[in-house]
Amino acid sequence: MMIEVNNVSMKFNLYKERIGGLKEYIIKKIKGELKYEEFWALRNVTFNINKGQVVGIIGLNGAGKSTLLKIIAGVIRPTSGYVKIYGDIAPLIELGAGFDMELTARENVFLNGAILGHTEKFLKERFEEIIDFSELHEFVDVPLKNFSSGMVARLAFSIATLVEPKILIVDEILSVGDIKFQQKCEKRIKDMINNGATVIFVSHSIKQIKELCDTVIWLEKGQIKMLGEVDKVCDMYMDS
Amino acid sequence: MKTRILTFIKYRYLLKQLVIRDIKVKYKRSILGVLWSILNPLLTMAVLNIVFSEFFRFEIDNFIVYYLSGSILFSFMSEATGMALPSIFANGPLLTKVYIPKFIFPLSRAISSFVNLGYATIALLIMVIITGVKITWAYLFFPIVFLLLLVFVIGLCFIFSTYAVFFRDLQHLHGIFILIWTYITPLFYPPSILPEKYQWLLDVNPIYPFIVAFREIILNGSLPSLYLFVSCTGIATITFVLGVILFYKNQNKFIMYL
Repeated sequence: MMIEVNNVSMKFNLYKERIGGLKEYIIKKIKGELKYEEFWALRNVTFNINKGQVVGIIGLNGAGKSTLLKIIAGVIRPTSGYVKIYGDIAPLIELGAGFDMELTARENVFLNGAILGHTEKFLKERFEEIIDFSELHEFVDVPLKNFSSGMVARLAFSIATLVEPKILIVDEILSVGDIKFQQKCEKRIKDMINNGATVIFVSHSIKQIKELCDTVIWLEKGQIKMLGEVDKVCDMYMDS
Repeated sequence: MKTRILTFIKYRYLLKQLVIRDIKVKYKRSILGVLWSILNPLLTMAVLNIVFSEFFRFEIDNFIVYYLSGSILFSFMSEATGMALPSIFANGPLLTKVYIPKFIFPLSRAISSFVNLGYATIALLIMVIITGVKITWAYLFFPIVFLLLLVFVIGLCFIFSTYAVFFRDLQHLHGIFILIWTYITPLFYPPSILPEKYQWLLDVNPIYPFIVAFREIILNGSLPSLYLFVSCTGIATITFVLGVILFYKNQNKFIMYL
């Protein structure tokens, strides 16, 4: 078993009006006007993922897909329940998180690499490989603010998929850069799957899900509506 | 506890990267670059020297070194807290996407300001030599004062950055807060000019013992008293522990407020 999600619930307090500052907060608190609504983004979600499984998560907007991914990636802590991860995890949730636009591509490789938890030695060894994959040789010492958004995305994808992680979390990012680069990205992810990586994949494209996944979790209003074999769940989902 | 130390070791390279980034971005596109860290205290000193030796006269021997030795410590504190204060919520977009230990942001800001303090110290030492202050073996001990001050400031950075997540107003209050603190700290005036009924201000001013200790070394060339040393250590430890506890108790709530 690689991922164990046990009875996870996540509650958000939605303030009806945004409290802007200290003064407002104190006044409202004293008056007892500090009203908020509880919103359960996830409720009692339980499932296990085994080694080598490729699991898709589907559901409408606001079903809790992204929240679930963030909890698995360790970005947020659930209100109750727990998640256990056995192995290293590479979250491809938001690519290029922490890029500094003032710095050059070279400097950003090391900054972003460090954010993803890589060591200096590792990044130095693999630097050439990252640049090769991103095809940005001529722009290595150009500040990122002069890059096109597609170029930034290419650099980000190259850093994020540098390692061969045991667990890969993918949140609809197979649309990076131009078509040629997209195919390259898809190939890289498929290679990882073939090498036995465990993958969690969120997408609104049923076509992609059917192509990549073997198991699907269908989330509705924060709860698991259905969990099972890919074609069965997808068909039910499409019919609903 | 063990896992916390392990995360610290795992992310120390990120800490280094963030410190380098802060310093690089600060001086990007300026011609003199990092030289500004040395020039800035010197220029401020030049202005104040004119103001206080021509307009107001205080009975201070070697005003230049007296002023600089206090102000570089104080500026370190105000710069570090000013930068650390928004560090959590300004990095909100990042913290909601990848897992990073959150303490790394206030900590990196404190350390990059500490690097600046290093440059400012060069400015001070230049003035020490020019004004002919006698350098003694006691100078070897000033890094200890710096380190204690760093611990104190890291504690402050944790406290400020935590509260700033919940109350964004703090970033506007910080300037006023620092202004008041500047005036009640004898940076450009001798402590003796504070009226009798305000002398207690010196006793409750947490940064003042560090400044007194540092001046004792720089200006008098002698070691600070044991009492002073214990005060500095005590203030640093208490602030640091308070900051760490506050930060750890609240850090899981941050994400809801970003």
